[in-house]
Amino acid sequence: MGFFSSRKIRFVDADILIVGGGFGGCGAAYESRYWGRNLKIVVAEKANIERSGAVAHGLSAINCYMGMRWGENQPDDFVRYVRGDLMGLVREDLVFDIARHVDATVHKFEEWGLPIMKNPETGRYLREGKWQVMIHGESYKPIIAEAARKSAEVINRIMVTHLLMDRTRANRVAGAVGFNVRDGAFYVFRAKAVINAAGGASHVFRPRSVGEGMGRTWYAPWSSASAYALLIQAGAKMIQMENRIVLARFKDGYGPVGAWFLLLKAFVTNACGEHFEASMLEEMKALVGKYAETAPLPTCLRNHALLQEIKAGKGPIYMHTQDAIDTHEKETISWEDFLDMTVGQAVVWASQNIDPKETPSELITSEPYVMGSHATCSGAWASGPEDCAPADYQWGYNRMTTVDGLFGAGDTIGGSAHKFSSGSFTEGRIAGKSAVKYVMDLAGSPPQVDEAEINRLRDRIFQPLATYAVNRNEIVAGSVAPGYLSPLQGLQRLEKIMDEYVGGVSMFYVTSGPMLNRGLELLRMLAEDLEHLGAEDLHQLQRAWELHHRVLTAEAVTRHTLFREETRWPGYYYRADHPKLVDPDWHVFTASRYDAAENDWQMSRLPVHHIIA
Amino acid sequence: MPTFTYMTRCDGCGQCVDICPSDIMHIDPVYRRSYNIEPNFCWECYSCVKACPQHAIDVRGYADFAPLGHSVRVLREEAANTISWKIRYRDGRVKAFTFPIRTTPWGSIKPPSAYEAPGADAMDSPLLAHEPAALMVATLPSLPPFDPKRG
Repeated sequence: MGFFSSRKIRFVDADILIVGGGFGGCGAAYESRYWGRNLKIVVAEKANIERSGAVAHGLSAINCYMGMRWGENQPDDFVRYVRGDLMGLVREDLVFDIARHVDATVHKFEEWGLPIMKNPETGRYLREGKWQVMIHGESYKPIIAEAARKSAEVINRIMVTHLLMDRTRANRVAGAVGFNVRDGAFYVFRAKAVINAAGGASHVFRPRSVGEGMGRTWYAPWSSASAYALLIQAGAKMIQMENRIVLARFKDGYGPVGAWFLLLKAFVTNACGEHFEASMLEEMKALVGKYAETAPLPTCLRNHALLQEIKAGKGPIYMHTQDAIDTHEKETISWEDFLDMTVGQAVVWASQNIDPKETPSELITSEPYVMGSHATCSGAWASGPEDCAPADYQWGYNRMTTVDGLFGAGDTIGGSAHKFSSGSFTEGRIAGKSAVKYVMDLAGSPPQVDEAEINRLRDRIFQPLATYAVNRNEIVAGSVAPGYLSPLQGLQRLEKIMDEYVGGVSMFYVTSGPMLNRGLELLRMLAEDLEHLGAEDLHQLQRAWELHHRVLTAEAVTRHTLFREETRWPGYYYRADHPKLVDPDWHVFTASRYDAAENDWQMSRLPVHHIIA
Repeated sequence: MPTFTYMTRCDGCGQCVDICPSDIMHIDPVYRRSYNIEPNFCWECYSCVKACPQHAIDVRGYADFAPLGHSVRVLREEAANTISWKIRYRDGRVKAFTFPIRTTPWGSIKPPSAYEAPGADAMDSPLLAHEPAALMVATLPSLPPFDPKRG
């Protein structure tokens, strides 16, 4: 039975298992309890739900709020905005669905105690921009976590590694397995429905910073691609995995720029003081046609303009913060913008003697990230809302993936960008209600797990501890051993491959068919080498499984990037061999399905329906 | 940077270990005090700094881009529902700010099960909990049936 057959096993039976206690997971917990009063609802959280997920740090704005009660915006306005920002390709039914519910979520947050700033003249929420409202958000996550803890049983420090499939019914989920990072117990969750609300991916591409600074990625370093890898392993259909995001942010600290652009009206120039964006319109039209005329200019195209300036030697690019701060009130709000959500930016300014009131600050484009909740929409192909999704976009339960009983929220669900915190919580709520309905409809048909499969996974999950223990004795000391790779060594190989072959910062986001194919060869060898990961302790075992999730997700990103033979989002990445946007061929979603047994990827196209004029 | 722990202030209580989202604050087995085991996976999120009852944890900016001589200190007080920051620049300038963090007492959120249970027929409607009241508009927006000829 192997090295760890005596390891402690804990079985947890649940009606609904929620993987990940970030905003999507907290929303799922709250809503599933509201509708499923007598159900057992369990949240498996990798860290501590009080400070976990992308909002662990806090946030300074809620970026998705309609303001329907004041007639500010309607959901169909939001769909048009999101569609424009994503160069035409979104699941309009899913975006609409989030937009029509999100105001109720935000009103609930305010009732729970989240301080939302008010416009003193109108008494309404203080708008940062058309869709954003300003908050005092240092405790945003602890407040939302309180609501989740009152809704479900939360088990902290569980690294979920695999989903379990039903023994008797193909393509139906039956739970999940993982381990407790503190005591090493093997966890087997048997659940009638699973909602994957885990995080997207940082550290798939090599970060710009080196050494210690690689921790200051823009997206959280603990966002380790479980949103995708758990689903890919289970054979769920994924879409738009090539749609990685690059962010233009303050250099090194990656502090937010939204409040500077939208609220404080700061402007950006090249080193010569020139406003460069408008002058590039014709060049951008040549690449992407009518999409260059979208207002506001899509996020990727704004990146593109900035990149062209830097490549032309006209950097550094500066945000002129000093011209935007003319009152004490504005100075305070600008500092809170950082201290609420990116303290590290304040550290950079203090260390480099930059006072934004007096000195402009450099902007740069970040390394790429894989997400479904920001200005990007990688993720699972999901069933849409029953009352407004086109027929080929729905197969029963809202936000259910192509695997029976497996739902998603937040970064997990594809085609639905610009959710941010409030939209991810809202999508969790939508998935939560659907999962309750699924469980009720299912009455009397509990999932069947396969004991042999559980034993196989247990041996596999803990193998890196054995690999290290056995092979460590071969060497005197140090980190170089012939018998194993450390998780960090494997991660650095992944980041280098993705950076150099799949369009990272060192390549100015450029890739091509031959480069992607070579990248796939190297990724395949890396995947084989993951069988030789060595973990010194449970912390490293967590890192080992995070790496597994990142590598599988990276392969999906690479295959989708290869499949889409166009450059749809210049500024996110460039296919040098297909440098233009090609609507006649590629106004579609790219889709993949991975067959784990055959180690085979099936690529296909899915239609983009425009349901909002 | 990561975070680091002052030897003379830490009493080894482990609250930083408990809260760290990255699982990088661990207790040193010899000194029985916490330390950052993996600074290159520290986001400088300050969760541990805020949680430390002894104010024993501080941050020194990431060595690869932050010159020395700065400090960003924080005091988070749930009783007052405020967070206070003191920023000291490399050249000695100081800035201080205090912001609110919550408008209601901690623990005061009404759980979803404390609301009246919804009727069975509500399960098939697209309405979520507390809707439409919580939307603060009369009805939940919907769309006309999709016309495949158009899209």
